[in-house]
Amino acid sequence: MSTETEPRVEQEPLDVFDPRLTRFDIMREGARREGIEIVHYEAQYPPGSRAERRMTRIVASFFLLTGLAATAFLVIYTWGPWEYELGSNVSKLYTPLLGLTLGIALLGIGFGILTWGKKLLPREVAIQDRHDGPSTTEDRKITGETMVYIAEELGLKRRKALGFAALAGLAPVGLVAAAPLIGGLIKDPVEDRILFKTGWDPAGNGGKPVRVTREDGTPIRPEDVSVGGQMTVFPGIPGGATNEHADSPTLLIHLRPDDAKKTLDTLKPVNQGSMWENFVAYSKICTHAGCPASLYEQQTNRLLCPCHQSQFLITDNARPIFGPATRSLPMLPIEVDEEGFFVATSDYKVAVGPAFWERP
Amino acid sequence: MKRRKIDVRAIPAKSAGALDDRFQAATPLRSLLNKVFPDHWSFLLGEIALFSFIVLLLTGTFLTFFYEPSLQTVTYDGSYTPLRGTHMSAAYASSLDLSFDVRGGLIMRQMHHWAALTFMAAIVVHMFRIFFTGAFRKPRETNWIIGSLLFWIGFLAGFTGYSLPDDALSGTGLRIASAIMLSIPVIGSWVTTSIFDGEFPGHVIMGRFYIAHVLLIPGILLALIAVHVGLVFKQKHTQWPGPGRTEHNVVGERMFPRYAIKQGGFFMIVFGVIALMGGLFQINPIWLFGPYEAFTVSAASQPDWYVMFLDGSTRLFPAWEIRFDLFGWGDGYTIPPIFWPTVVLPGVLTMLPLAYPFIEARLTKDKKAHNLLQRPRDVPARTALGAMAIMFWLVLTLSGGNDVIADKFHISLNAMTWAGRIGLLILPPIAYYVTYRICLGLQQHDREVLAHGVETGIIKRLPDGRFIEVHQPLAPVDEHGHGELDYAGWVVPKKMNRLGALGPAIKGFFYPIEKPAEAPVSPGHPPVSPIEPARREEISK
Repeated sequence: MSTETEPRVEQEPLDVFDPRLTRFDIMREGARREGIEIVHYEAQYPPGSRAERRMTRIVASFFLLTGLAATAFLVIYTWGPWEYELGSNVSKLYTPLLGLTLGIALLGIGFGILTWGKKLLPREVAIQDRHDGPSTTEDRKITGETMVYIAEELGLKRRKALGFAALAGLAPVGLVAAAPLIGGLIKDPVEDRILFKTGWDPAGNGGKPVRVTREDGTPIRPEDVSVGGQMTVFPGIPGGATNEHADSPTLLIHLRPDDAKKTLDTLKPVNQGSMWENFVAYSKICTHAGCPASLYEQQTNRLLCPCHQSQFLITDNARPIFGPATRSLPMLPIEVDEEGFFVATSDYKVAVGPAFWERP
Repeated sequence: MKRRKIDVRAIPAKSAGALDDRFQAATPLRSLLNKVFPDHWSFLLGEIALFSFIVLLLTGTFLTFFYEPSLQTVTYDGSYTPLRGTHMSAAYASSLDLSFDVRGGLIMRQMHHWAALTFMAAIVVHMFRIFFTGAFRKPRETNWIIGSLLFWIGFLAGFTGYSLPDDALSGTGLRIASAIMLSIPVIGSWVTTSIFDGEFPGHVIMGRFYIAHVLLIPGILLALIAVHVGLVFKQKHTQWPGPGRTEHNVVGERMFPRYAIKQGGFFMIVFGVIALMGGLFQINPIWLFGPYEAFTVSAASQPDWYVMFLDGSTRLFPAWEIRFDLFGWGDGYTIPPIFWPTVVLPGVLTMLPLAYPFIEARLTKDKKAHNLLQRPRDVPARTALGAMAIMFWLVLTLSGGNDVIADKFHISLNAMTWAGRIGLLILPPIAYYVTYRICLGLQQHDREVLAHGVETGIIKRLPDGRFIEVHQPLAPVDEHGHGELDYAGWVVPKKMNRLGALGPAIKGFFYPIEKPAEAPVSPGHPPVSPIEPARREEISK
């Protein structure tokens, strides 16, 4: 059906029960009553034409494709090699095939519906009045006056005491809602100084110095780390290498003799006496954002944090020399005990990891 | 016994009547069926976000059946052989199980992740559309604000979700997040220990992130999306200027049937593309990263794309730390450098856009309501400002991957950082200037075509030997041959086939399914010399 309506003229509402009206007439009348004028309504293909039959076939084949792909999905899902097998290439295909079949099935529905809507339904242009802008001044007046009247009826102006009482009485109720949330969640970081302590604190080891261990908990002798080499070490306490002590991972470095001398010469007061012979141990937790600053450049004696590229010079107190970090990596005071294993003589002397408000 | 006859054909009408008796639905339903929506491809960008959100809800619900939000240490015993016997958190183990031991779990996980990336991308691109066309102007400022908030809440949804698998990459991200919280002056350490229930990582964070990710944040998202879409409905969609279109009407298609059908089809297409990506493109292969351990990290650890700009700002910000004494209290206080690029910058980036509609209205003294969109070229200052913002964001995002760029292109890492720092200051103003000039140029060209007509490509030699190019005016001209059309805020045709000089394309894929229409000969002035049909044949061969 093709309809070009004349420019709009205000007209009497149609009698929709008039038997001479077509269904389209009634529909258009309904739209009119919404302030909508259908100004153009035209089938894209003459009904029964070759082009229309072709479009119908296309839509139908999209839906059939969906049926096919969905069935394939079910078959693959049910009988496909879904269990992971190391080195099996067939099982690697399982997820891609599911995605392919599911994707095709959904796209088939999508394109089918779209083609149906865009090609087989008549093209139309409808114009609707926005009825935008503010409400009428009359309505604004009525609503405004009503609201002010209600407020006056409550009489807060006359009964001032009531207002104060309500405010004073209700304010704590708001806090009652907040109290359990804050009270339940809050955890004091200051009192136990948890941000300043790590797993190397002898207090956590019955007062004895904590041994320096590998990830598996075995202690380390000086000869285990070759010259110029480094090793990630953990406090030798239960769970010392787990995330329980996420602030404790430490890098034990065996410096070359000339580097060791350089390091010793530049030691800051706080790090005095923390080295043992040519060995030095720095916190592995970057002082910027807490990532492990673990990329060790043996040639330049730099430690690089891969998260934000702060670089620390290990021959100079692990001072930051590039990137966003501002503080040196803390040095762990170490020595070798009578059994010949590394121990930490005390906890780190400054807080480990990213800085915070209360950190001096 | 007399059997009561049921008139099957009358059932729909009768039940509709019964429903209306109870709910008086006919009038509002008529209004809904007939509501007119304007049509333009750029109006569908927001829909992609909405549809991705639906896919997120569907796939996410599936994932909750298998995921375990616990940091309890377990020993992995699943099908993925390389990690068997490894100690890991229950959260990571259950994420591995989802990938290897739940039938179809991996595609659900990957679809969920891809849908999240699509959701955020669609929000951003949709926001560009709103910004550059001025759709945020009165009366739609509220929806602009809600939309901006949706970005940040989507950001939180993404970050909490990304953290849940507790793999090496996401654990590192979580640790950085804790460092960011720690950096907030005065309350930072309290906030961090309260959220993590002690020091990072503690024992409860997965449970807390989980409930935030599956209930609190989606709840807020759902509520805001409902208001967002409801307001579009109530305030009616904006439209481009064009024939018959005014500030006070909506020209388009009624909601039913065509508009709704197109939306439904589009949803299935978004869903289908996400399914294809979820199946074919691997994303976040957590089994390759291993469980999170505080001491492991690898180079090239980048977050999801919508977080990268913050990663970039963190990398670029100089090592400026503020340390001071507060009247001898405590041992002195610190504002770490990470506070500025990760707390202050996002704060500014939230507040500026929220206020933008009001700032612009104030500067342009424009208090009117607008329902017609503006072409970006017609508002060069705004467009240039947008380009500047995008450039700022782009430099930050690229800097978020500067280690990868440095590695792949053999550039010094420190040079990349410095290039980012300098680029961040210099490139946005350049983008502003260039965009502004391009807008003016495009405006000028529109006016030129309106005055002189479309270039026909025909060069004509005059009797005195001069060559002139023949222009096709768009409307009757004055005595100087200049068009008298005013710019109408919409596309000016600039090619002859836009004027119908070549006739429509012939339909059919393998063979023409219709007779080619005769190409209409341009009726304008100066006349394009007519070509006889016989010669046309020849030319077309």
